[in-house]
Amino acid sequence: MSENILQPNDSTPQITASEMMTPSQIATALQREHPEWVSEVVDAFGETTIFVPREQIIALCAHLKATPGLEFDFLSDLCGFDRGPEEEPRFEVNYHLFSTKRHHRLRLKVLLNEEDVHVSSVAAVWRTANWHERETYDLFGVIFDDHPDLRRILLPDDWQGHALRKDFPLRGYEPYSLE
Amino acid sequence: MSSSVADIPPQFEVVDRPLDTQMTISMGPQHPSTHGVLRLELVLDGEMVVKATPDIGYLHTGMEKLFEYRKYQQGIVITDRMDYLNPLGNNLAYVMAVEKLLQIEIPERAQVIRVMTCELQRIASHLVWLGTHALDIGAMTVFFYCFREREKIMNLIEAASGGRLTPSYFRIGGLMMDIPAGFERRVQQFQNELPKALDEFDKLVTGNRIFQKRTQGIGYISAEDAIDWGLSGPSLRGSGVHLDIRRVNPYSGYEKYDFEIPVEQDGDVWARYLVRMREMRESHKIVQQALSRLQPGSVKADAPKVVLPDREAMKTHMDALIHHFLIIAEGFDVPAGEVYQPIEASKGELGVYIKSTGGPKPARVHFRGPSFINLSALPQLARGAMVADIVAIIGSLDIVLGEIDR
Repeated sequence: MSENILQPNDSTPQITASEMMTPSQIATALQREHPEWVSEVVDAFGETTIFVPREQIIALCAHLKATPGLEFDFLSDLCGFDRGPEEEPRFEVNYHLFSTKRHHRLRLKVLLNEEDVHVSSVAAVWRTANWHERETYDLFGVIFDDHPDLRRILLPDDWQGHALRKDFPLRGYEPYSLE
Repeated sequence: MSSSVADIPPQFEVVDRPLDTQMTISMGPQHPSTHGVLRLELVLDGEMVVKATPDIGYLHTGMEKLFEYRKYQQGIVITDRMDYLNPLGNNLAYVMAVEKLLQIEIPERAQVIRVMTCELQRIASHLVWLGTHALDIGAMTVFFYCFREREKIMNLIEAASGGRLTPSYFRIGGLMMDIPAGFERRVQQFQNELPKALDEFDKLVTGNRIFQKRTQGIGYISAEDAIDWGLSGPSLRGSGVHLDIRRVNPYSGYEKYDFEIPVEQDGDVWARYLVRMREMRESHKIVQQALSRLQPGSVKADAPKVVLPDREAMKTHMDALIHHFLIIAEGFDVPAGEVYQPIEASKGELGVYIKSTGGPKPARVHFRGPSFINLSALPQLARGAMVADIVAIIGSLDIVLGEIDR
């Protein structure tokens, strides 16, 4: 175990200003060093979003997790978004990264077309992605390639369609019936 | 210490097979110790758990879909019903995310009341956890003492908001209304009584040899594994990770409060128990500081297009009446954009992701529920445990199925 994780007394690890990089600086540096990983950087509302080509997501996540100074070892959240059936690309997958050592946050975003809703699973990078990805698959129909256990999680196994898609009606396709 | 990536989910790897027979049984969804409608598929070898697979979704009500069909302010009541033991925390995370999109400033008094009521709610949530956790392990008496103390907090929350389980007390831009006269005195009275009750719990449970034997060394998870599985809150701090969002990404003015972050190194059920017990005392400290910081002032932000006007102003001022009508009838426009707002809820990192494409309704609201992620680590925690320890391990994760299934 590294010393950074274990803090027996009540003191937050002190990081000097020179080695502190804001998420915005991290994104800019990534864009400069690995232009193939970053298609766009957006700074808004004090948060930084990196648009990632979907083929690169595993490489980028592994890099962000392992590189000293970045150390995004904690996947806070992973969620999908449907822009609507008329939009192309239609789906977004958001990855909210956090570092338990540096305490900074970063959002990665992958855009997916409707006819090819595949993206590589990041469960091999952070195991917590397992259930997040199952949820996104269940509710949006995004298929995470190489996921260890890609089954529906919230809805029943025989559910038809994906409930959080914009073209899925609020009350379902069929009127409720006991017949 | 950390196991390899290849073993997600834990496959049928048998460590020890004394009887050379395996049996698959279903625990739940109606089992009293699963804290709601959770079903576990247990593969057993004798009394040993070879594999535990949680099956969730029995309480799924499509809340995230509902948000997309409601105005922003109407979403607040939905958040109450997720983690129903910590509704004010859910309110806070949601309204803070919307406030971030709107970029409005919250007055100091509203911030202090938010912190005070949220910390009271944290104590109430931990009291339910303590009562049910001890009950699961066989200590029945504690349950009644915990609910006696929780009732006092419920009465306080009811006095402020009018609701007990579903207060919906926070509003986008502040609070529903100011705390009633005499509220501070009632909180102080509770503050004076709580330490004695916590000492009582320590006598009843912490020093109890049976409770110790049932929890020590059970459900171990290392710091690296806990981070990898995304554990947060007391469940993470029980594994020796010094991390609290109130400290590292402060919000609502938490940086001005003096409190410690309890951390235990052992990573077992007992360590997670100790963390939560100590957290109640820290929350008690924060409530006391909030009481002393409470200054007269407004509890609503100066944003007439977002915050409902006072009733009196509405009766005398034409513009207030127009704003009231527009907010109720049409809602308010929120600029396009996306935010992720994490808070330290009683169970861990509660994150709210809101995507706005403009207009009065959100395009997407996603809740990163700490219970959902903490439960996903159960297969790791339960492997190799005895059947009777499963209830102790579930209890130590402090899950609420309303939040897991949403």
